[in-house]
Amino acid sequence: MSAPTRYAERKAEPNIRFLQGNEVCAEAAIYAGMRFFAGYPITPSTEIAERLSERLPQVGGTFIQMEDEIASLAAVIGASLTGLKSMTATSGPGFSLMQETLGYAIMTEVPCVIVDVQRGGPSTGLPTHSSQGDVMQVRWGTHGDHSIVCLTASNHQDLFEMVIDAFNIAETFRTPVVVLIDEVVAHMREQVRMPEEGEIALTERLVTAVPRDVDYHPYFPREDGRLPMSNFGGDHRYNVTGLVHDMWGFPSNKPNVADELIHHLIHKIENRKRMLVRHKEYNVDGAEIVLISYGATARSARHIMENRRAVGMAVGMIELQTLWPFPNELIRERCKDADYIVVVEMNMGQMVHQVEAAVDRPHRVFLSNRVDGAMITPNNIKNLIRVIQGKGV
Amino acid sequence: MAATDYLRKRFMPHIWCPGCGHGIVLNSLLRAIEKLGMEKNDVVMVSGIGCSSRIQGYTDFHTLHTLHGRALAFATGVKLAKPEVNVLVPMGDGDALAIGGNHFIHAARRNIDITAIIMNNSTYGMTGGQYSPTTACGDLASTAPYGTVGKPFDVVALARAAGATYIARTTTYHARAMTRILTDAIKHHGFSVVEILSQCPTYYGRENDRGDAVEMMEWYRDNTVAIKPDESGPINSACNGEEAPLPIGVFVNRSEPEYCDSYAKLVREKVLS
Ligand code: SF4
Repeated sequence: MSAPTRYAERKAEPNIRFLQGNEVCAEAAIYAGMRFFAGYPITPSTEIAERLSERLPQVGGTFIQMEDEIASLAAVIGASLTGLKSMTATSGPGFSLMQETLGYAIMTEVPCVIVDVQRGGPSTGLPTHSSQGDVMQVRWGTHGDHSIVCLTASNHQDLFEMVIDAFNIAETFRTPVVVLIDEVVAHMREQVRMPEEGEIALTERLVTAVPRDVDYHPYFPREDGRLPMSNFGGDHRYNVTGLVHDMWGFPSNKPNVADELIHHLIHKIENRKRMLVRHKEYNVDGAEIVLISYGATARSARHIMENRRAVGMAVGMIELQTLWPFPNELIRERCKDADYIVVVEMNMGQMVHQVEAAVDRPHRVFLSNRVDGAMITPNNIKNLIRVIQGKGV
Repeated sequence: MAATDYLRKRFMPHIWCPGCGHGIVLNSLLRAIEKLGMEKNDVVMVSGIGCSSRIQGYTDFHTLHTLHGRALAFATGVKLAKPEVNVLVPMGDGDALAIGGNHFIHAARRNIDITAIIMNNSTYGMTGGQYSPTTACGDLASTAPYGTVGKPFDVVALARAAGATYIARTTTYHARAMTRILTDAIKHHGFSVVEILSQCPTYYGRENDRGDAVEMMEWYRDNTVAIKPDESGPINSACNGEEAPLPIGVFVNRSEPEYCDSYAKLVREKVLS
């Protein structure tokens, strides 16, 4: 029995904690400098709100439980405008309610982070069970043309970093960032090493250098494309609106203003994929079969990759950590020599379509999935591989 | 500073129809702010969607034009994050009481220091005159060609039940009283609600044969009655075709712990000590 000894040793190491994924989200957000949280109870994300209700006041932050998820994201946007890094957390039904407000944050370019802990759907679905059914909702849930940034993680150490990254990206690009995890990662407990202060770089808000009471243009980009902000209610008076607007924040119906704005909102993300794409890969070079997965299911995929390699099969794996913008170029390049590409996800096939669109010879792409609320097991994936290879299960 | 100095003329000409009551509300509101001697930088104005919600664009304050019904939720975030600013939230009746009804009662329940101004014209002006939660029983609207069914909200009673600590009702006819009321409402430390009956001659007036803007304002003059504090009365709540005169004035003005103060106190006593 080596496990207890190992745990006892680890406990003696500084900064090792044994946490639930939801607690990791809360602690990482505080590490990132988040000081305003508004939320509404919903399974399986509630522990994020619970922990932050206790932790935020201890670090000078503010917590509020709002009347619903719409109000939660609205309050988060209001607070973020005043200069506080802000966040909300929810699950499928609540995330559906937030869609219009998410579009407002995109349109008004207000940095904020939304954690969506996926559960089975549609509707009330399977509140206490896992799913990865919100991937496309993150991308296209709000109306109109837009882009979005979405990060995920399969283990708590990565999750800690992804949440911090989410705040860094939100501040850099003035955009909402969705941290999309699933019930398994959210409720699973595992050890996580808490980084020291200063160990992970934090991006602070770029504040305008325009002096008080001199005209400040909230939507006038610097040469590098970044839009400096001015804390709302502070030194500069300006207008923020969800209508199509010019650099002053004034509503406009002019075709050229609308055209420029929509292009800007999309290009600021899609043209910076290189800065936004995070992924991990294992044994992809020379792999005949490449597994592609993300979140909790990546754990099963990695397990079966190792298991199959042990019997001599050339199986590799890519774990996606940035889901949006989707890393088309990366996937095409890394999968070009594979015989088969197996996308492992807990839905009826969402990312698989992105993969099919990204690779040459898309008939190589297969889906290993489950939608019954239970985790995909390594065996599920193994069986599919056997079917693909004509071996029978 | 003169009241007109608070205008953001770059946004003009405004979108309102000739005779619309909302311009009178803007006038009274700026006079109230002038009377209070507030600096432009002291005021944050958060609005939703509708004809009334465009008022925010015409003022040279910190202005946040949000989503239909959600102004109070955005404003709650601003106020909690920056309690030192004065937050004013102008809304229409549909904005505040239909799609935003939940946010309205919860903001009132919290007694957060926000001034909610409900410009009530009993219609959705911007979308073309549909019936709203304050349209009287039987009134015509573009979605009520045979008359509106169901009772309208009494905004005063609703705000009182939800816990607002300052509640007043006035009309665009009573512009001077409106300025006084808005002055008090802004000064009030807690959630204040000012319902202002504001004519929409373009839709509600035309659909219901109420005449032009002047006639509609004269109707406000002839069909309202001033109340003493803490009296209340029904607003067109009976569905029998009879309209009782509408009580106007200050209905509630009391002091109770404010939300941001209470949160700060709690943190001081339970977390930091
Ligand atoms: S439609 Fe009615 S409420 Fe809207 S601006 Fe015209 S008169 Fe005013």
